[in-house]
Amino acid sequence: MSVAGPVRERSTARCRAVVVGAVLAVVLATYLSLALGSRQIDPSVVVDALLAPNADDNDYMVVRDLRVPRTVLGLLAGSALGLAGALMQGLTRNPLADPGLLGVNAGASLFVVLGISLLGVTAASGQVWLAFAGAAAATVVVYAVGSGPRGPSPLSLTLAGTAVTAALTSVITLVLLGDLETLNQYRFWSVGSLVGRDLDAAVGVLPFIAGGVVIAAALGPSLNVLALGEDVARGLGAHLGRVRVLAAIAIVLLCGGATALVGPIVFVGLVAPHFARWLVGGDYRWILGLSGMSGAVMLTLADVIGRLIVPPGELEAGLVVALLGAPVMIALVRRRRAGAW
Amino acid sequence: MSVVAGSRTRRRRSVATASGVLALVLVVLFVASLTLGSYSISPANLIATLTGSGESGDRFIVLGLRLPRATVAVLVGVAFALAGALFQSLLGNPLASPDILGVTGGASAAAVTALLVLGLSGPAVAASAGGGALLVAAAIYLLSWRAGVHGYRFVLVGVAVSFLVEAMLGYLLTRADVRDAQSALVWLVGSLSGARWEDAALVALGLAVLLPVLMLLTPHLLVLQLGDDTATGLGVRAAPARTMALALAVAMAALGTAAVGPIAFVAFVSAPIARRIVRDGLALGASALVGAIIVLASDLAGQHLLPGGLQVPAGIITGAVGAPYLLWLLARAQRSGGLA
Repeated sequence: MSVAGPVRERSTARCRAVVVGAVLAVVLATYLSLALGSRQIDPSVVVDALLAPNADDNDYMVVRDLRVPRTVLGLLAGSALGLAGALMQGLTRNPLADPGLLGVNAGASLFVVLGISLLGVTAASGQVWLAFAGAAAATVVVYAVGSGPRGPSPLSLTLAGTAVTAALTSVITLVLLGDLETLNQYRFWSVGSLVGRDLDAAVGVLPFIAGGVVIAAALGPSLNVLALGEDVARGLGAHLGRVRVLAAIAIVLLCGGATALVGPIVFVGLVAPHFARWLVGGDYRWILGLSGMSGAVMLTLADVIGRLIVPPGELEAGLVVALLGAPVMIALVRRRRAGAW
Repeated sequence: MSVVAGSRTRRRRSVATASGVLALVLVVLFVASLTLGSYSISPANLIATLTGSGESGDRFIVLGLRLPRATVAVLVGVAFALAGALFQSLLGNPLASPDILGVTGGASAAAVTALLVLGLSGPAVAASAGGGALLVAAAIYLLSWRAGVHGYRFVLVGVAVSFLVEAMLGYLLTRADVRDAQSALVWLVGSLSGARWEDAALVALGLAVLLPVLMLLTPHLLVLQLGDDTATGLGVRAAPARTMALALAVAMAALGTAAVGPIAFVAFVSAPIARRIVRDGLALGASALVGAIIVLASDLAGQHLLPGGLQVPAGIITGAVGAPYLLWLLARAQRSGGLA
């Protein structure tokens, strides 16, 4: 049984209501991310700080210089990961498919590790582009290995992605076993965090993520057809090869961009589509948008919780997402009747 | 009738041939791992050493170092492969191996906690690893229980739990001193370099208990593959049989991980490859042989094949070379429509 199972239709009215609720959730998460932390800041001060960017007040500076960047990163990377996850699950028709399965995380990690170890790239601004290049390179390899004359099948793509990930992880481990300084740098990058990343780089990566969003938005109807099974889809005149190539490109742009910005964050890409499907049923036109918004809310809130949970320290957003996301996912799984996934 | 019987005999014969070839490969690798090394031993001296005579230097190297290491490699290969084969067939998903579902991750998190937080070493770490695997598996089972355990629910809960233990690992590794983190990383790769007779005895003892149970269970497993309804119709109580088999698989994964750490990918790839070779039902025997071959060959390659005398743990080789190559074969087979 795959995500292609019986498509549970929800009424359009319900879907619209869910989308309105999701937009409100995004706004609320944004506000919380600006207001909460080791220093609580009043709503009026948050608004003033946003409107008067040059003021010299301490609270204003905290909002402007610390919280706005990580909020922007959280929203951007979270929505990109959620959207990429929905595409990946639609593309492979496997509800276990995580965008990382295309080798994105492993490729990005390898390039970052080699960059630190061989080239001495320790600045976040340099690591962003290394990670992006690595994600793209790994995905091209996975796609080439997993493709046959009729394009890639879900299973071969998944296997190829797992294989490339295993291979790259081994190389990463080999480098880390011999290089203490690189391990020290890499372990903090690899848990995934919104702190100490580069907002200028986010501006640079933004066009790529935007491109991914545009492609994804155009793919909704095709994924709906694909969900009926390959033979039916082909019978209905779908160009499976073209859909798959476009989806893969969108996944690289989205997931690669997100990983470049915040490190290899897991879980968001896997769970956001499940959450979306639970709310709006099986129509990918709704699932895609809602996955993006769920992802943004998840990552941003995880970052907020990470700031509050272990004072005076912080827990990285990548860790919080998994620690809190796992129980939520288990609860969701338990609510469904057997086979309803 | 006779046609059916004939084809069945033919199939059985081809299964026997394939298994024989696999066993032969395993024996060759085993002998190679006893003779090769910086101090190589001739086959004649090897036989002399194994039969009780031979020089004391040879005796120490073969009986004290190489034989236990090769034995552990074979035994953990069998344990990992059977664990993976059982998981994949019971849950009906090629991604559902103990490493993906967090069982191995649970072992890793427990072992790294023992290493980094409690400052333990040796057998205590192995025991923590085994305990961690069992604990995580029990948690997955209980959390996915809802009027019975359904395969998909089990898989999804397992994936969620695996993220949880990965996050714990990330937390432990970022908070520890970087030197300690590196030594934990060595354990996390999975290595046979410290394998002694005690490890071999542990795994052998475990398998001696688990394998007979598995053999008793195998006929039920074949019926389970036909689907729960059919199985019930044929008089097999599906739920208890599946629970039993999952528990067996978890115990095997825990056993292997406790002995040598989580050697990447052996559980994941052994059964699909074995099924390609013998094309027969569960192919548990062939899976076990393939798993043993993979671990033994990886350990040999890690010791002797790299340029400049570089030695790397077996877990690096299985991930870096073994898994991609074997999965590439699978992808090719799948492309030509050969993979079921």
